[in-house]
Amino acid sequence: MAASARLGFILLLLPLLLWLTLLIIIPHIDMLLLSLRERVGVGEYQTSIANYATIATEPLYMRTFMRTAVMSVLATAITLLIAFPVSYYIAKMVRGRARSALFLLCLIPFWVSELVRTFGWMILLRETGVISQFLQWTGIVSGPVEMLYNDAAIMVGLVYTSMLFMVVPLVTTLDSLDDAVIEAGYDLGGSGWSVMREIVIPHAVPGIVSGCIVVFMLSLGNYLTPTMLGGKDSLWFTEMIYSQFIVRFNWELGAAFGFMLLFLSSFIIWIVLRLTGQTLERTMG
Amino acid sequence: MIPTIPTPRALTVIWTSYVVLFFVYLTLPLAVVAVFAFNDSQFPSLPWQGFTLDWFFGSAAPKIGVFHEQAILGAIGTSAFVGVCVAALSVAVGTSNAFLFNRYKFRGRGLLYILMLLPLVVPGIVLGISILVFSSTMANQLWDVAKIDSAFLRPGLGLVILGQFSFITTIATLVISARLQKFDTSLEEAALNLGASRLTAVRTITIPFLMPAIVGAAVVAFLMSFENFNTTLMLVGSDAPLTIAMFDRLKEGSTPLLNAVSLLLMLGSFVLALILIAFQKRS
Amino acid sequence: MTPDLECTDLTRRFGETLAVDDVSFSVPAGSFFSILGPSGCGKTTIMRMIAGFLEPTSGDIQIKGRSVLDVPPNKRPVNMVFQHLALFPMMNVEANIGYGLRRAGMAKPEISRKVDEVLERIGLPGVGKRKVDELSGGQRQRIAIARCMVLEPDVLLLDEPLGALDLKLRERMKIELKALQAEFDTTFVYITHDQSEALVMSDRIAVMNKGKFEQVGTGQDLYFRPQTPFVASFVGDSNRWRGTVERTSGSTVELRTETGLTMRAAAKSPQAKGATVDIFVRPEAIRLAHDDADLAQFDNRIFGRVSSLLFNGAASRILVESYESGGEVEVTLPQSGEFSDLKRGVPVHIGWTAENANCFAAGEG
Repeated sequence: MAASARLGFILLLLPLLLWLTLLIIIPHIDMLLLSLRERVGVGEYQTSIANYATIATEPLYMRTFMRTAVMSVLATAITLLIAFPVSYYIAKMVRGRARSALFLLCLIPFWVSELVRTFGWMILLRETGVISQFLQWTGIVSGPVEMLYNDAAIMVGLVYTSMLFMVVPLVTTLDSLDDAVIEAGYDLGGSGWSVMREIVIPHAVPGIVSGCIVVFMLSLGNYLTPTMLGGKDSLWFTEMIYSQFIVRFNWELGAAFGFMLLFLSSFIIWIVLRLTGQTLERTMG
Repeated sequence: MIPTIPTPRALTVIWTSYVVLFFVYLTLPLAVVAVFAFNDSQFPSLPWQGFTLDWFFGSAAPKIGVFHEQAILGAIGTSAFVGVCVAALSVAVGTSNAFLFNRYKFRGRGLLYILMLLPLVVPGIVLGISILVFSSTMANQLWDVAKIDSAFLRPGLGLVILGQFSFITTIATLVISARLQKFDTSLEEAALNLGASRLTAVRTITIPFLMPAIVGAAVVAFLMSFENFNTTLMLVGSDAPLTIAMFDRLKEGSTPLLNAVSLLLMLGSFVLALILIAFQKRS
Repeated sequence: MTPDLECTDLTRRFGETLAVDDVSFSVPAGSFFSILGPSGCGKTTIMRMIAGFLEPTSGDIQIKGRSVLDVPPNKRPVNMVFQHLALFPMMNVEANIGYGLRRAGMAKPEISRKVDEVLERIGLPGVGKRKVDELSGGQRQRIAIARCMVLEPDVLLLDEPLGALDLKLRERMKIELKALQAEFDTTFVYITHDQSEALVMSDRIAVMNKGKFEQVGTGQDLYFRPQTPFVASFVGDSNRWRGTVERTSGSTVELRTETGLTMRAAAKSPQAKGATVDIFVRPEAIRLAHDDADLAQFDNRIFGRVSSLLFNGAASRILVESYESGGEVEVTLPQSGEFSDLKRGVPVHIGWTAENANCFAAGEG
């Protein structure tokens, strides 16, 4: 029995180890090594931090890096602000069938690919788009307005694309808050705002953290939205990775970019987890 | 705030209108995509030129419909193939992982669990390039050492499948684990007590119990694979899955053909979701 | 003196169903009032209307003589101990108890003084920094009460707060709750489906059924002088028979049960000859004897054999089957040891007075 249990354990462990080592750990180590390699001649390489030095000294790279980070944080904050009242409404203010219907309605847009969603925003926002035409028709503006190809358009797209990943964890945690606890808050003299601040929001922290982590990571790593909705000079860090890998074929520099992106996302996630006293297992698992 | 607490009428009205606006925001982009699939025009934009089904069934240029556009049909096929492979692989490994984490206590379990979660917080494009880098390293090594040209390690469907599998497996593991945790192990013990072997007990008792989660994970995995963009972009070879093919077209300029494809995608997802809900309800 | 809580013609409908049907009662200051009833009888609805989480369809609720119908729950001078306590899991004990005081805008040093004081009073000094899930069930119970009492409410509502505790702890908490109520000298309104909780703790109890109060009175009233068949059957255990009245004299009737027993009973409402009635006799009201001569003072006497022994420690009973009619009677076994060697089949005499046989018109309750 012990021997067969041991065999079973090994058989279950094997796929996990293969998956994690071959597809996650070793590739990332390999990418790190590649980013630390400098080409000194044809087929000749040496280990150096030249790629990182290039990034640090090239203003365009650093500016794009910081811009991507700041805009992703902003997108995360906006998504949270928009999603929280909606999630609260679904979790606590409606009941029964209406509740599950609203929740499903939240999910449906996300069963179609990000590309379709971005395409939708292009149709809406561009110069010949629906909103521009509508504004002209109402007489608010006299000529076509271009709402595409700027940072605001990127923001709209990012928030839209990430919404699901904020709403679902929020609804789940808010749902787990017993109504009696809210009633107790009122019964003891609390007002709507104080109950929200002292009871509802503290309870929702795990959901808020998990939503923010995923939304931030998705915004940071987004390629489609900035490419399609952003302007010529609104670069996104992922676009630079893509161009180094696919267009310029400078994999060493591209790998360094990739590592910086990974580092940034891990760092911010770590900070958020530390600040809120949450763990990755609790928020994601 | 909750229905049992008296709330000012104005607050309720404002809150409800906000939620309505939110859903308008959610549905508007999809609605315009769907509507313009029927516009009898070269461009998916106003003015409305009349209703047509040409973007689905048209066979003459310039209005070649989806069902006569070999490139798009081929891409749909490619995506479906990739989706099925990814779903099968990730559900198989996900089920195995769920059993491992649920049934065994071992050293390093906590660490492995965190490692298992990591793909969720690694940007997809980084996952893509790391796998691209590693596989080319391997391919180059193979060539240098043994002069074997390993096409499967070069960008192509194989890598796309592996790349998507690398993070979708985490989701499959979480979905299946969640249900396995609710499983009452005494049921398995009862089966053993009634004469089943351990494997038979798992096969006849535990797996049927897990079935809703397994099917759910498979559908989710398939859809995630079908709509994946970032990881796929870095690993794709000559056979482009649908999202990449559409992206390439979109860069050249959009035609209502893309709206028609999008609408079909929406319908497909909708049908899958319905099947999933029906399945969950039944069991 | 104005009562602390007075409900007048309180009615609440949910769609077609009448959850609370024209209930009126008042609770004097400093007393312990219980509403006892089966689940779904409407007692929770009454409590939530008093707390302000439900609006009455009609009727009035007055606290210390002032109607509170227009007062939102967070402004009412009543506080509530919830069924599952609803302690705030995101706060420690101190923050839980101080929550209401903070809402009232009290200064911090004042709050912590009050919190320490109330923790002292409930016998849990020094737990302020603990998290609520680190406490035992009984401790959480007391924290939930302290959280309300620190606000010095006019009325404390308790919604079956002992339901989640195990049996032993529940027994202890009953006594403790009663002591806490005396300590704080506050009006308690307690709802429960557990008659023993109500009987042990309350000054007065309302027995509720199907949205109405069946009877309001002390525990002794309900137990010894039930006014309705529902109260007779819900409070305590009873032998219950259906029978026909054969003769009446004043409020005493002579009747024959369907199982063939004849007895004299006290009619709670005038009964005519031939009327069908329900008779309730408590097993503990029946005297057991070896000799018929010992039972001379009883109106009803039966000679029978022990058909079944239901040994259950202090609550042991026997079933006695009448030799004459074959009808069975459940009798509490005296604890004096006199009958400790009783066996099945042994002949015994039993007897009880007419006053201890409550007779109601059949079909109610």
